[in-house]
Amino acid sequence: MRLINVRPDRGTVLALAILPFALVILAYVLGSAERLALNPDDKLLPSFGTIGDAIVRMAFTADNRTGDYLLWSDTAASLWRLFAALAISTAAALVVGVLIGMLPTVRALLAPFVGMVSMVPPLALLPILFIVMGLGEESKIALIAIGITPYLIRDLAMRVEELPHEQMIKAQTLGASSWLIALRVVLPQIAPRLMDALRLSLGPAFLFLIAAEAIASDSGLGYRIFLVRRYLAMDVILPYVAWITLLAVIMDFALARARRLLFPWFGAVR
Amino acid sequence: MTAISVRHLWKEYGDQIVLEDISLEFAPRSFVALVGPSGCGKTTFLRILLSQERATRGEVLIDGRPIAPEPEADRGVVFQRYSVFPHLTVLGNVVLAAEFAAAPVTGRLFGARRRQADEEARALIAEVGLKGAEDKYPAALSGGMQQRLALAQAIIRRPKILLLDEPFGALDPGIRADIHVLMKALWNSCEMSVVMVTHDLREAFTLATRIIAFERRRNRPEEKDRYGATIAKDIEVWPKRIAGTRIAGQPKQTTTAPGRDDPALSAGTGRDDPALKTA
Repeated sequence: MRLINVRPDRGTVLALAILPFALVILAYVLGSAERLALNPDDKLLPSFGTIGDAIVRMAFTADNRTGDYLLWSDTAASLWRLFAALAISTAAALVVGVLIGMLPTVRALLAPFVGMVSMVPPLALLPILFIVMGLGEESKIALIAIGITPYLIRDLAMRVEELPHEQMIKAQTLGASSWLIALRVVLPQIAPRLMDALRLSLGPAFLFLIAAEAIASDSGLGYRIFLVRRYLAMDVILPYVAWITLLAVIMDFALARARRLLFPWFGAVR
Repeated sequence: MTAISVRHLWKEYGDQIVLEDISLEFAPRSFVALVGPSGCGKTTFLRILLSQERATRGEVLIDGRPIAPEPEADRGVVFQRYSVFPHLTVLGNVVLAAEFAAAPVTGRLFGARRRQADEEARALIAEVGLKGAEDKYPAALSGGMQQRLALAQAIIRRPKILLLDEPFGALDPGIRADIHVLMKALWNSCEMSVVMVTHDLREAFTLATRIIAFERRRNRPEEKDRYGATIAKDIEVWPKRIAGTRIAGQPKQTTTAPGRDDPALSAGTGRDDPALKTA
C-alpha cells in the first residue's frame, strides 16, 4: 500500500501525537539524571522535583518583599499588556484594512505606505519608543501594536479584496450604500478571517512582549525570565517558558473555537 | 413597462475592440437571450447593462433615460456563482434587500418592520421552492437551490430589469429544466424585462422571446484587435411568447412546433403564411 493511503485509526493518531512530547520529556529526564549524577548541584538541567519546588515557590508562596504571588502577578502584568496591544491592533487593522480593501482611493493612499511600514523591524524601534514614551506600559504596548498591526492590516485588506467581486455588485443591485456593504457584507465575512489572522499573530505578539519586558520592566513573564537568568535559575525559567507556551496555546485554541461557534457558515465556505 | 435602448455601443480595452457599434431596442417585458461563442463580448455587453463596466462610446437608455453610472436597485442580477452571501441564511439573504432599503444606517430591521419584511421574504422563498430551507446557509444548499435563492434575492426589490449571467450553466440537465419552469413563472408574474447570457441554445429557445447572437465576423489573428463583435442573428421566437399570459402551474396556451415524429398540426398558420399578413 502506498504511504499516502495509509491512514492511522483514532488510537494511533492519539499515540502518534503524544509521542514527540513523550520523547522530549524522556530525553530531558535522562539528560538531567546523568548530569545530576555527576554533580548534584548542577543548575542547567534541574530535576522535576527541583522544578516542582520552584513552581510552588513562584505560584503558591507569597513573595517576601512584595507579598505577591509572583507567577500570577507576572502573568497579569504580561497579559494586560498583550490584550491591550491586541485590542488596539485589531481595531486599527479592522478599520484601515477594510478601507484599503474596499475603497480604491484609500488603497492608493495607504497601501504603499503600510507595505513600507510593515518592513520596519519593530525591535529596531524599541529604543525610540523608550525615549519618546518612557519606560512605562505605553512603550511596551506600543511595541507589540507596531509589531503586529501592519501585518494584520495587510492580511485583512487582502482578505477583503479576495471576496468575490460578484458579491459587491450584487449588494449594489440590492440598493446598498458603501457603508451598508461594509457593515452587512464585508465585516461579517472578514470577522472569522480576522480571528485566523489574530491566531497567527499571537506568536509575534508574545515575541515583542517578552522582548520589551526583558529590556526595561519591573514585572511580567519576560522580565522574570531575564531576571533569574543571572542566577542560572533554570528551575524557574523552564516552567515560565512552559507557562507562556501554554497561555499562547490556550488563546489560539479559544480563538479557533470561538470562530467555529460564532461563524458556523465559515467552515463550509473556505 | 421598461424599454431598453442600446445606441451605437462600442467597448474597447486599450487597442482591442470588443463590441463594435451595437444598436438594439428591447421591448418592455421581453426576455432576451444573448448567445455566441466564448469571448464574443456577450458578458461584456451584460456588464455594461449592469453598469459594472462603462461603454467606450454610445449609450444605454432605460425608458429614454441614460442608465446610472453604477449598479442600482433598478437592475437585479444573478451570476453563475457567488450570487448569494455565504454568511447569511436563506431568509437573511432575501430579507437583506429590504434591510438595505429601510435602514440606511444600521442595515438591520427590528420589531414589527422586521416581522413584515420576514413575512414578505418567506412568501417569496416559498414561491421559488425553498420552503423549509429558510434557516440554512447557502453552503448547505445544492447548486440549483442556490440559484433559486439568488433569483428570489434579485427580484424582491422588484427590479425593472433582471440580468442573468449564465445563471444555470453549472446545473445538471434535470435541475436546469426545473429551474427553467420557475424562471418562466417569475418572468410571467413580475413586471420586468429579462436579459440572459447563455451558452445553451436550447435554454435560449426554451425561455426567451428573442435571441441575439453575437459574433466576431472578422476573426483572423491580424483582424482580431481592430474589429469587435457585432450582432450576427436577431431571432424573434415563434410562436410569440407574451409575458403575463401564462400563470405558473397551468398548461401553456401557446403551442410549440411539433417534433419530427408528432402528428402534423392541422389548425393554425405558419409565420410565412399569407393569411397572417392580412390579419
